Amino acid sequence: MSQSYNRGLVEDFSRWKEFSAGMWAWIFHKFTGWVLIGYLFTHIAVLSTAIEASSASSSAISEGTDVYSTTLTLLESTFVVRLLEVGLLAVAVFHILNGIRLLLVDLGIGLESQDKTFYASLVLTGAIIVASVPTFMAGLGGA
Amino acid sequence: MWLLQRVTAAFLVLVLAFHFFLLHFYHHAFEITFAGTQTRMQDIGYFATMWLFLVTATFHGVNGVYNALVNQGISGTPKTAVKAILGLAGLLLVAQGTRVALYMNGFLA
Repeated sequence: MSQSYNRGLVEDFSRWKEFSAGMWAWIFHKFTGWVLIGYLFTHIAVLSTAIEASSASSSAISEGTDVYSTTLTLLESTFVVRLLEVGLLAVAVFHILNGIRLLLVDLGIGLESQDKTFYASLVLTGAIIVASVPTFMAGLGGA
Repeated sequence: MWLLQRVTAAFLVLVLAFHFFLLHFYHHAFEITFAGTQTRMQDIGYFATMWLFLVTATFHGVNGVYNALVNQGISGTPKTAVKAILGLAGLLLVAQGTRVALYMNGFLA
């Protein structure tokens, strides 16, 4: 059951240096959550081109010239989209790692080291992102 | 709801990892075509997994937004309105996602 909690105005930049690791974890979890739900709606909207593509001729589908295939090809050939995909992976990985951390804290595990696990979540997110960049950039510009 | 949010989270971690690995590492996203999507979605196990992915992601996301807003302090009529709007948005997303999935596997044409 959710309860309300007054954390003051987070957008007041001058307060940022006073925030603890737990507060940053809370802010990042909310931010990444908003991004992910926004992406889910966008993702279904893009995939909805499948409705029109399903009535394309079988030759268009096998050649990949239907609207679904051409839309995805166009998006994937755009550098900004590839960059946004890496960003999406970053928010998803952080949200997952911090979510696991929250679950453990909820269960009473690691409460006293919750700042260390937050920093570990950030470092691990960074490492996974760096490692995945070559895969996410593959095939861009005919490479 | 607390438990359901955690159960859907655990499921999403697994399916999201599968989704990412399949469509970014095994097949590359730039190679995705409607023909390939059709082939995958005609497998009933894959279709069921993707549909459950849609439903759990929608629930987890919409319920998470609701929790965040309650945590922020909304109450009374705004809280009721937010609950109704998010509920409707979630239902519409699942309905559209299901429709798209049924076009992908050829059930609707």
